[in-house]
Amino acid sequence: MSAPLLRVEDLSKRFGGFVALDTINLQVQTGERVGLIGPNGSGKSTLVNCLCGVLRPETGKVHFDGKPIEALPPHARTRLGIARSFQLPRPFASLSVADNLRVPLLYTVNARPGPPLAPEQLDARCAELLQLVGLADKATHLPRDLTQVEMRKLELARAMAAEPKLLIADEAMAGLSHAEVDDILALLIRLNEAGITIVLIEHIMRAVMGFSQRLIVLVAGRKIADGDPQEVVRNPEVERAYLGE
Amino acid sequence: MRTRTFLVLAVGVGLLIFGASRFVHNEYYFFASYVVLQYVVLATAWNILGGYTGYVNFGTAAFFALGAYSTVAINKLYPIPIPALMIVGGAVSGIVGLGMGYLTLRLRGAFFSIATLALAVVLQTLITNWDYVGGSRGAYTIPPMKVPLIGPYIEYLFVIMLGLAVIAVVIARAIEHSRLGFGFATIRDDELAAEASGVPTLRLKLIATSLSGALMGMAGAPLPYYVTYLDPASGFSLAYAVNSIAMPLIGGTTVWLGPVIGALFLGTIQQVATVTISSALNLLIVGLLLVGFVIVAPNGIVGLVQARLRRRGQP
Amino acid sequence: MDFPTDLLLNAVLSGLLLGGFYTAVTLGVSISFGMLDIVNIAHPAFIILGSYIAYIVNSTLGIDPILTSFVMFPVFYALGAAVYQVYYMAFERRGQESLRGLAFFFGLLFITEVGLVLVFGVDYRYVNAAYIGPSLPLGFASLPLRLLIPCVIALALVAALQLFLSRTFVGRAIMAVSQDQLALRLMSADPVRIKRIAFGISIATASVAGAFLIIIQPVEPSVGREYIGRVFAICVLGGMGSLPGTVIAAMLLGIVESITSTFYGPSWSPAVAFGVLLLTLAFRPAGIMGR
Repeated sequence: MSAPLLRVEDLSKRFGGFVALDTINLQVQTGERVGLIGPNGSGKSTLVNCLCGVLRPETGKVHFDGKPIEALPPHARTRLGIARSFQLPRPFASLSVADNLRVPLLYTVNARPGPPLAPEQLDARCAELLQLVGLADKATHLPRDLTQVEMRKLELARAMAAEPKLLIADEAMAGLSHAEVDDILALLIRLNEAGITIVLIEHIMRAVMGFSQRLIVLVAGRKIADGDPQEVVRNPEVERAYLGE
Repeated sequence: MRTRTFLVLAVGVGLLIFGASRFVHNEYYFFASYVVLQYVVLATAWNILGGYTGYVNFGTAAFFALGAYSTVAINKLYPIPIPALMIVGGAVSGIVGLGMGYLTLRLRGAFFSIATLALAVVLQTLITNWDYVGGSRGAYTIPPMKVPLIGPYIEYLFVIMLGLAVIAVVIARAIEHSRLGFGFATIRDDELAAEASGVPTLRLKLIATSLSGALMGMAGAPLPYYVTYLDPASGFSLAYAVNSIAMPLIGGTTVWLGPVIGALFLGTIQQVATVTISSALNLLIVGLLLVGFVIVAPNGIVGLVQARLRRRGQP
Repeated sequence: MDFPTDLLLNAVLSGLLLGGFYTAVTLGVSISFGMLDIVNIAHPAFIILGSYIAYIVNSTLGIDPILTSFVMFPVFYALGAAVYQVYYMAFERRGQESLRGLAFFFGLLFITEVGLVLVFGVDYRYVNAAYIGPSLPLGFASLPLRLLIPCVIALALVAALQLFLSRTFVGRAIMAVSQDQLALRLMSADPVRIKRIAFGISIATASVAGAFLIIIQPVEPSVGREYIGRVFAICVLGGMGSLPGTVIAAMLLGIVESITSTFYGPSWSPAVAFGVLLLTLAFRPAGIMGR
């Protein structure tokens, strides 16, 4: 079995006296589709922030693609191949929708070793990504003209623009309609088939169950389950966490 | 419009202004224009950091005065031509900007701003206590009376500052249309998202701070020749801080033209006002305009014009 | 040469008293910056305003400056509330507080200083009160009353404020608003109103601090600028928004400044505070009691 793409060892994060993450251990294999679920406040976003370098954990190691990344700033991790979408969309408000996608292309894709994309290739890539998420007709608009749903799609497209090896989608489907959820899922599955490892953080159980090959459950900063989705969901501890006693 | 074209145009405008100035014989206009051009440089320099990346520098006076005092210090050793002094002044201020940025740019923008205030006060105290450059007693610089080809010394200073203004504006515009400017804009809009998209925010902020500081230092280098008597109180005058913030904010912060308009507008008003009303009242007006514009017209004069054009463009 | 212990002890003592005064000066910023996250660099301008008002009342009516300042408390509160309202409508609501909000306060600072110059000129102003001259002898040292009284009242003010923040609903709401605006709304308290009250209190403390200032030293319009560094240095060193931290940090700065002034001369004083701030930001931005 080859080395995991992402390996998290004994990760802990505290805010003052509050323990947000408690000795998290997990792995993600290349090409996997992993779902991460947990009640609100269980530490999912904190975990993502620690993985991406936004927060510095108190203890623990993170290895990506065989390299230790704890000391790397977020932009370096993105260049190595981890991309994330933000739970609450954070577009670049003064740039057009298309230009929002140009940023990761210029600063991540072009910053990687190898010949940089020429301007026409950049334009083509932007158009392609916009088409993929259904925002092609909003290319020249500003983010403030987009609906909430469209902003989530832009968020996802921007993460995709960084051509990641690992994509962490943080509640990318909140507020979407049934059909839109299916669209995004299909998109994610297509990305996965093209070789991108995906960690899906979601509350929409239908999406998570249908998508994940493996399911990780986080409750109050601890990992309480990690395995086959059907089995995990039947785990009594997981049921308790979601439904109460 | 490509940067090269803009450069040619800017130099052309500069030459035109220079040519027109050959017909002016009242030295007062050169004295006044020098100040306005100086503010074009300061406002443009401030805006590279403030307008493009969103980090507010309250310590313009520090970088500006460093350039001026570098000149004083070097002149005591061996007088060198002003362009060389400007390079030295720019280098000193640029390095100080880099150092200060390294200490404070990893923190929130507000702390950076307060730190710039701190820098201005600390530097002023240091220089006030440094007798080599005159300390609180000040330093005298006697310029030559005339310069070959150009004539009175003030006209030479005017040409120098005109050249620097052209350079500053060309640099600002070049940044705007480059990948660097793009990165600056993402830092301004959402630094966290910028990092997540691969933008090396610390590195870019350091570039902006150093460049901005260097330009301010270059603007300060000729000052001792202009005022002939330089003391810390005037070198570190609060007027520099206020004006370099007010001019871009009133003119418009997103484009190179904003600081230029702001500097021409406010600079000219102040030159007129200093002659007609007291300088304190003059500064009060600047302050009121700053607060007024910032509340009512956050995108400055450029923003107002753009909004007007957009409304006209709609059927 | 024997070590000047007397000098040192005197310096430390006056540093402590000075620290009490600095606490009053910083109190407002601990609220506005420490708790509300509003970078009000114009706070010293409001203090100077308080000084000049105390001066006018004292020189025309002969009324004690500290008394004046407490009478002016509600006026400054209203002023603070008004300023916050403008700040909120123009900047906070539009998400522009980082650049334009800062420039706004800078503009206010500037306008106040220049306005005062226009009205009062640059001469130093001072007040007259019974306790400005005499000192209280205490063994080997003597405590100047003009430092002691503001110090004592300042500490009382901090204690009162701490009680208010921890015991009353509004006070707790203020503590909460800095941490979780949504939860506050769910508690049916309007965050904007809470912040307005807090900012009003913040500026009201400037009235009292202003009276202290003109008791301790003669005042002219540009004196405010010296205090920007002190105020933010203390706020950051004290751990932002922690009132006990503010007191400790203020005392520390007072002592450091006092010692520097005694042994190296007063011209270095303005740099000390800013130097402390830069060092704190560089090495321990969370401050002494920081979270």
